[in-house]
Amino acid sequence: MEQGPLLKVENLSKAFGGVQAVLNVSFALKKGDILGIIGPNGSGKTTLANLTTGFVKPDRGTVRFKARDITGAPPHKIANLGLTRTFQVMRPYHSLSAYKNLIVPLNSPRVRQTRGGKLGDTDAVAIDILEEIGFERDARVPYKIAGSLPLGYLKRLELGRCFALNPEVIICDEIFSGLSMSEITSMIPLLERIQMDGVTLVMIEHRLRELFRLADRVIVMNFGQKIAEGIPLEVMEDPEVKKAYLGRERA
Amino acid sequence: MDRSIKVRTEGLYALSSWTEMLYLILPRALLIVGLLTLPLLLDMYWQRVLCAAGIYALLALGFDLLAEYVGLVCLGGAFFIGSGGYISGLLNAHLGWSALFCIPIATLGGAIFSTLVLIPALRLRGIYFAIISFMFPMFARYIIIALSIFGGTEGISALGTLPNVWTEIYLILVVVIIALFAIRRLVNEDIGLILRGIKDNDQAVKASGINITSYKIKAVFIASLLGSFGGAYLSHLYGWLGISLFAMDFSILPIAASVMGGMGTLAGPVLGAFALTPLSEALRGFGQLRVVIYCFILIGFIVYKPEGLLNYFQRKYHQFELWETV
Repeated sequence: MEQGPLLKVENLSKAFGGVQAVLNVSFALKKGDILGIIGPNGSGKTTLANLTTGFVKPDRGTVRFKARDITGAPPHKIANLGLTRTFQVMRPYHSLSAYKNLIVPLNSPRVRQTRGGKLGDTDAVAIDILEEIGFERDARVPYKIAGSLPLGYLKRLELGRCFALNPEVIICDEIFSGLSMSEITSMIPLLERIQMDGVTLVMIEHRLRELFRLADRVIVMNFGQKIAEGIPLEVMEDPEVKKAYLGRERA
Repeated sequence: MDRSIKVRTEGLYALSSWTEMLYLILPRALLIVGLLTLPLLLDMYWQRVLCAAGIYALLALGFDLLAEYVGLVCLGGAFFIGSGGYISGLLNAHLGWSALFCIPIATLGGAIFSTLVLIPALRLRGIYFAIISFMFPMFARYIIIALSIFGGTEGISALGTLPNVWTEIYLILVVVIIALFAIRRLVNEDIGLILRGIKDNDQAVKASGINITSYKIKAVFIASLLGSFGGAYLSHLYGWLGISLFAMDFSILPIAASVMGGMGTLAGPVLGAFALTPLSEALRGFGQLRVVIYCFILIGFIVYKPEGLLNYFQRKYHQFELWETV
């Protein structure tokens, strides 16, 4: 049976003053997909995430999530529907300990609903989620102040904050950036497991090799426009994409 | 012991021995007993000053809650005082209700009113919210003067007062103590954690599906409850209401008290208010120049002791715990 798309973005456009950050971008996302979004710096990838999750209101175009028009809805409402995101710049709630960071999403209306209004001991739930997300190796870490955690844990914490919402789609904004190879290799199985749990992933990335291990499909953006879409390796053969990444002569 | 078990029971360790428990209870008990016995040692005049200090303590507590736990620097303390004071005074003057009945109504009414007025400003952050909230007391003051409503510049005198001097003193002191411990508890509950999250990173709170405006409204409501109670109490303490309920002192002194006592400690600002108000009373002869003196105290603490007194003493006290005689 053919399923309708979980997330459908049509002709999304946004200009900041004279800069056309995103222009007529459309894409669709099926349940269980891992979609990669790549492109050079400043090509509008993060703006696209901001537009989709309601942090920035689009000038034109529509965003439909589960056949429901969410264009211009406030971010917390969109998150409560099950579409959430991580941020490129890791800013945890630095005055709280790591597991207390998860208390925030655990108090959202969405989690209250899915758990039947009863959470019981939120601290215990938070620690369970942190263990799932990869904090189990060192028992002291979940209790440390989030501001003191190393980057690898912050990325996991950011993912955990999304995962705690029990979401259907997570948009990961450069979750690999700044991580070492070994940290990335432990992050990949984690993302795969999250996807196995039925979460659809959109990954905005610069680390192409790692992304291609995960993504089923990629979108390439340049100057705010979508220049290619398809299976990773085929897309990289596209002359437009080569031009965007390597410049005209090399391509 | 297994390390993870140790970590999880960290909060419980003190219960294992009497000395540890005593060590934790001592500063708290000292504060409560100290505040409750203080009136017995003072004469009539300084008892009044203590009552005023209690009002400032409530404002400082509210200021600290909003500034350090929500990220809203609120300079609208005078607005909370004014709303509570006017509502309570007017109810008493026009409907003849007793002071003890007017105060709770005005606390709630004043808090609802000031929260509603501040809602449009809640989108602003940092200095912008501070400026807008600072504007409201002046705004209210000039409306009352220009329209000559609620007694205009004269105010309304001969309001009902509280039954006797002991009710006056202990009402405010008990409220201060309850408010302090309630808010200390609140900031570690889930709602408090969400508020602290909003201060640290409001974008992430939004992405977590939480409506930050509704939580900010709740926080402002709690802070204005404290202020409105102070105002309502004040109008019955002096049996008078007037535009000086919107005086700048109510907005400025709590900041000085918070900085002096230690921002974010909650108990610090309360103690700061109990130290600064008698000082400002002793300097009454200087009139409006007192604001300048607050500013000097503020600058002095920011430069020389930015952590504030309570953080400093807390550190010394914890060092004392590890003291060993050789």
